[in-house]
Amino acid sequence: MASAPSASRWALWLPLAFFAGFTALVLFAMLRPADRAVKSAMIGRPLPQFSLLAATPAQPGLARADLATGKPHLLNIFASWCVPCAVEAPQLHALKDRGIEVVGVAIRDKPEDLARFFARNGNPFSRVGRDDVSAIQFALGSSGVPESFVIDGRGVIRYQHIGDIRADQVEMIAQKMAEAAQ
Amino acid sequence: MIATAGLAALWFAAALAVLQLFSGFLALRQPENPLTPVVRPLAIAQAGLVTIAFTCLIIVFAQTDLSVALVAENSHSAKPMLYKVAGAWGNHEGSMLLWVTIMALAGGFVALLEKRLPEPTLLATLGAQAFVSLGFYAFLLLASNPFARLDPVPVEGNGLNPLLQDPGLAFHPPTLYVGYVGLSVAFSFAVGALLTREVSPNFARAMRPWVLGAWIFLTLGITAGSYWAYYELGWGGWWFWDPVENASLMPWLAATALLHSVSVLASRNALRAWTVMLGVVAFAMSMIGTFLVRSGVLTSVHAFAVDPTRGTFILALLAINIGAAFIIFALRAGTVSEGQRFTIVSRESGLVFNNVMLSAVLGIVLLGTLYPLVAEAMGAQVSVGPPYFNPATAVFVVPMLIVMGIGPLLRWRRDKLGRIKHLLVLPALGLVGVAVWLGLRGVHLMPLLGIALGTMLLMVALVPLKGRRLRTVTLPLLGMVVAHFGIGVALLGIACDSAFSTEKLVAARVGETVSVGPWMVRLGRIEPITGPNWTALEATLSASYGGAATSELKPQARSFWTPVQQTNESAILTRWNGQLYTVLGEEAEDGRWQLRLWWKPFVTLIWLGGALVALGGALALLGRVLSDLRRFIAIDKIAYRRQQQGKL
Repeated sequence: MASAPSASRWALWLPLAFFAGFTALVLFAMLRPADRAVKSAMIGRPLPQFSLLAATPAQPGLARADLATGKPHLLNIFASWCVPCAVEAPQLHALKDRGIEVVGVAIRDKPEDLARFFARNGNPFSRVGRDDVSAIQFALGSSGVPESFVIDGRGVIRYQHIGDIRADQVEMIAQKMAEAAQ
Repeated sequence: MIATAGLAALWFAAALAVLQLFSGFLALRQPENPLTPVVRPLAIAQAGLVTIAFTCLIIVFAQTDLSVALVAENSHSAKPMLYKVAGAWGNHEGSMLLWVTIMALAGGFVALLEKRLPEPTLLATLGAQAFVSLGFYAFLLLASNPFARLDPVPVEGNGLNPLLQDPGLAFHPPTLYVGYVGLSVAFSFAVGALLTREVSPNFARAMRPWVLGAWIFLTLGITAGSYWAYYELGWGGWWFWDPVENASLMPWLAATALLHSVSVLASRNALRAWTVMLGVVAFAMSMIGTFLVRSGVLTSVHAFAVDPTRGTFILALLAINIGAAFIIFALRAGTVSEGQRFTIVSRESGLVFNNVMLSAVLGIVLLGTLYPLVAEAMGAQVSVGPPYFNPATAVFVVPMLIVMGIGPLLRWRRDKLGRIKHLLVLPALGLVGVAVWLGLRGVHLMPLLGIALGTMLLMVALVPLKGRRLRTVTLPLLGMVVAHFGIGVALLGIACDSAFSTEKLVAARVGETVSVGPWMVRLGRIEPITGPNWTALEATLSASYGGAATSELKPQARSFWTPVQQTNESAILTRWNGQLYTVLGEEAEDGRWQLRLWWKPFVTLIWLGGALVALGGALALLGRVLSDLRRFIAIDKIAYRRQQQGKL
């Protein structure tokens, strides 16, 4: 340091310069408009073949054939033990009130728990199938509850929604349903 | 009630930190002002309050108080107690609270016990400590309140990420955090010393226990984390150069360099500016580590912790703390007078060489970790992996390890290589002998080099003990020997694993026998079993080593239901000479089961070595603390005698 004081004076700012470079780089990476939406590999593909038993005595179960009827469906993956699913219930009702047919797949559930769930949160589903081993869930490329799939009239997956449908997303889902109907 | 008390304690602690910052720096300008005597008590009170807050958080988790949002999001009434408690810090808010708790406790200790530093430097240190803490308090109280309430109260919680439901989780993050935060104390010391221009051997001695302590915990945390990834992720590897692993390795590298340079400063009063800069860099690396884990700018196996908004906050804290420290460094380091000189062949030179090599490795790891970001900025997608890291770090690690063997044998200030030549004959023969023997057996260059170097290190690490009587072996010396020996042990483990491991991926029917290395493994049966919050398929394997009696292994494919996720639980059989590692895969169409088997000779040496390195650090720390205590007692005695004489 003593031998070249003027050069070393500058060198002392080097750590700060490196650090500023690091900060700039990371800031850039964070501010970049990243597309963080998860794109499902299943979009545009037909539903896999499946047939699920009824989850409650009151309603029919769900099979692939029930969804390829010429009319679009909203398939909702849920469970009575899932807290966000209860939060999502009003939005599903709102979609049902718009004339959208909502069908459900109950993941690892019991009929008595489901009955209690419907008693508390209402039942927007026309059909509920039981998936006790998450088989259909995984076949659809879904990894959690709740998730919703827009299925068109031919039984092809048009859109995958991960997580609960929030109140401000009802419009968007209705839009996707309308697109699937065309 | 408890949650409210915790939040109140946290607010009070933050208020005390404001006062501590203010009075600490006021004392620098006007040492005689009435606030100066309260700085130390403030730091101690702050530590007490924040400990209360953290205890409250543990209580609400233990009780599964679902009115607290954090508990509802991360816990579940059906979880085992250990994970309920560990869940308190297995999430963002809780881990930040753990961070400020450890930091405040460290500040309290410094305030209570530190008597070597000049008082102005100590007050500046406590002020700097309060400054860093305040950032985290702001973060907690304004952006991620761990005690936020839910209304209405949910009926059940969301559970904890299954990968984290493992005893390792209970200890791995807190261990690393203690390490990171210990470096924050070293950072505060460095800033305090820069502000008062008191970079002296006394400063180094005051800072050293904190660096040593932090370094021990980082070593343990990395070793434990590596073992966790090894058995929990089920990939059979122990280090993946994953960004988050690198994030814990970088502070360790900086702390290792700092540990050695602080010794030079303490014993020889040299390397002043360099030591101070490393103090700043080491803490910068801990914060960068936290930032990389939390922000999600890099993709990693630790993706469960990601949240971009929190990342921004940590980046802001990082920029303010480290940026400010580097500005102070640039302004002040030029005025810190230069230390003692030394010649090329001396222990100082060995340590300087070690520092330069460690810094180079640090640079390489940092570059490799950030390069995907640089490339992305230029519009390309790349991932940087072992083909870059292994050879690039080896270039610097190999010479460093050789010097690590020789350096401790040299004298301070000035020495001649000729004096220690005879001590090096045996280790050098070991190095060459093993290399030739392995070369003839067709072992590849890198593992060959690793095993040969490891053998040499085991021999040369013990040489400093040669010819000493037991009474003259001080604890710090013994600690150094054990730590350097541990590096040799770990290196042997790494090299043996890469040279001699055998892997087998098969689809086996029940009743079928598969061979891997010296093992014969028979797939006995596959059964479903249930745990507290998961179900699993469990395979029963009977394994026989070279025809000996069989032992059972039970690898599982687990399905958790809160939240829904699949994990593979590997089953591992440990012998003195290695591990048999088994993973159960999926069922194939025709009733066969995928099995992944590895025989890994001497792989356990990796973690044994890591533990030895940490043990060496602990011995050195114990030695330093004991000799400090002895000195304090002696000073007290002298003072007491003077007092008595005065009375007479």
